[in-house]
Amino acid sequence: MVYDRPVTHDSERPIPISGAPFDTAAGRPAPAERSPFGDRLVRFVEEVVGDDISGRIQKIQTHTNEVGHDPFGFDPVAGRYALAATALLHRRYFRTKVFDVDQVPDGRVLVVANHSGQVPIDGAMIGASLMLDRDPPRFPRSMVEKWTAELPFVSTLFPRLGQVVGTPDNARRLLRNDEALLVFPEGSRGISKPFDQRYRLVEFGLGFMRLALETGTPIVPVAVVGAEEQYPSIADIQPLAKALKIPSFPIIPQLLLGVVAPLPTRYHIYFGEALRFDGDADDDDSVIQHKVSVVKSSIESLVARGLSERRSIFG
Amino acid sequence: MAGEGDPGSESERPAARYADESESAPEATFDAGRPKARRGSPPVAAVTADERPSEPASQSSDEGAVLVTGICGRLGHLLARRLHRETRVVGVDRRAFPDRPKDITHHAIDVRRKKTRDVFRAEPIRAVVHLGVMHDPRASDHDRHRWNVAAFQKLLEYLEDFDVPKLVVLSSANVYGPQPDNPQFLTEDAPLLGSQGFGGMRDLVELDMLAQSFFWKHPQTETVILRPCHILGGVKNAPSNYLRLERPITILGFDPMVQVIHERDVVEAISLALQPGVRGIFNLRGPGEMPLSKVLSRLGRRPRAVPAFAAKAGLERLWKLRLTSFPAPEIDFIRYLCMVDGSRAREVLGFQAAHDMDRTLAAVDSDR
Repeated sequence: MVYDRPVTHDSERPIPISGAPFDTAAGRPAPAERSPFGDRLVRFVEEVVGDDISGRIQKIQTHTNEVGHDPFGFDPVAGRYALAATALLHRRYFRTKVFDVDQVPDGRVLVVANHSGQVPIDGAMIGASLMLDRDPPRFPRSMVEKWTAELPFVSTLFPRLGQVVGTPDNARRLLRNDEALLVFPEGSRGISKPFDQRYRLVEFGLGFMRLALETGTPIVPVAVVGAEEQYPSIADIQPLAKALKIPSFPIIPQLLLGVVAPLPTRYHIYFGEALRFDGDADDDDSVIQHKVSVVKSSIESLVARGLSERRSIFG
Repeated sequence: MAGEGDPGSESERPAARYADESESAPEATFDAGRPKARRGSPPVAAVTADERPSEPASQSSDEGAVLVTGICGRLGHLLARRLHRETRVVGVDRRAFPDRPKDITHHAIDVRRKKTRDVFRAEPIRAVVHLGVMHDPRASDHDRHRWNVAAFQKLLEYLEDFDVPKLVVLSSANVYGPQPDNPQFLTEDAPLLGSQGFGGMRDLVELDMLAQSFFWKHPQTETVILRPCHILGGVKNAPSNYLRLERPITILGFDPMVQVIHERDVVEAISLALQPGVRGIFNLRGPGEMPLSKVLSRLGRRPRAVPAFAAKAGLERLWKLRLTSFPAPEIDFIRYLCMVDGSRAREVLGFQAAHDMDRTLAAVDSDR
């Protein structure tokens, strides 16, 4: 591997958020990158949610390169703001209840979850639980769609937050660097389900299992309960979606009524026991399918548990 | 320049070849790669080269010379100065080589001319380093193709006819092309899509492909293809020229990670590639990767962010008016990823960039 120098941004060498974040290798102070206004904002959020956001960011372990930069573009300064914003949603807006986050092991891991809610807030909330509720925090990397790299600003923002363009090569590289990868095998089919199909998992892709077998990575199944009700969709007009070349065209009543924000449902996130698989990564689809169904059924049982345990959508 | 190494370490050098030279002078390491060692004759200490400047020519005549095409370019100059004390160097370039060291033979001829055959006939050539690639974006497609492809084909013919045991071609990581869906790090087996959005790259991709097919067709010749990331230094290439601008344009909303490498590190890699036994394709990665915005701020530049469509339209217009040296398709390089995985070069070639990021970046301004 290219980056075989694990650098622990720990107490002995914290990431100097304000001073010289990337110039430590050269021993030269970088220009101040933290604005006083942004700093105050983050401190305000820290007080509201009761988490040490800066401290959490400092504990992130990544393999930095010779110039002290994450080779995939993660920027702790931008990451801090993003975590502050996500923490507000996590603690205050969706009031997430997180169960068994300590099931996520150290070292390389694939976090596999059900996908729902029209807008991928579930990904952000799983990320927030890994960052805020687990000790030490795990920094989640997720694979974003390739076309996002063509969009201005988005193409800059995602790498800075540690999100990586979804090519198999990138995933392999991150796992070999012992990072945590967040995967939604249902893809866009899962997220755009209409309301009547809520909490029914659609077909899983097989790529994540081949990746896990190839790199010897444990899989942590995760169930998100509460996201389905944030933007209830009554229909998905596929012909229109095809014409507009987007994955889906959901009809969301609350948007028609002028409510842009998602409904403040309560999120419940269940982390299952880590699953380990052995076998050939290049096996037939049927063999891989069998292993994938093990993951799928364990997520399904976690979802079922979540649905039975929750008293109301908002409570 | 060469032979500044510590005499005491001479004996242990062949074993501990390129293990820990990252901080020491890169010039002091070439001797391990000389074919003398292969032939069983005692390795001649490079440190003595300074003391007997006249000898290498006569002494190395039995093993042959290193022929460098495009020796009058910036990299050719650096390579010639790097090699000439240790091995015999022959230069072929259309241009004159006024300040050449005395022990370098220079032939001011076009590679395509028949006279080039005489250069191969005159003395045994043990290696050819092909640097004579035209990058001038103003040259017509026809000229560039004639020069980069036809001339290289001619050169390959000579290599075949005279059984030259080594060929080193300096290609570029640009042959992979900047694409939005590129993996973060391209390995040597990634497809060469460089000409997809930039027709001017076509002959450079073709050159790389020609070298690859030569690699397979002529296994008796050790062919090495080097694909460095953006080379910085006194060279007049697009990345160095871009970073020399006081107010360069950037594309609004795009800030790709970029890799750069010092020109002297490239020269070092070429000399490592001349070691017997080395063959294949090597990506060359410099001292790490950084977002373009950080590179520019370290250099103290004040970039102007321009929306992509405006940058494209503006550059096209300026290009037509001959007010810029950057063709419009090059904006993809400051928009999308094109970074390489240099682990193969590190493991097989023993290459590691000796210049750190600050020195590499500073090279565009000072190192002329």
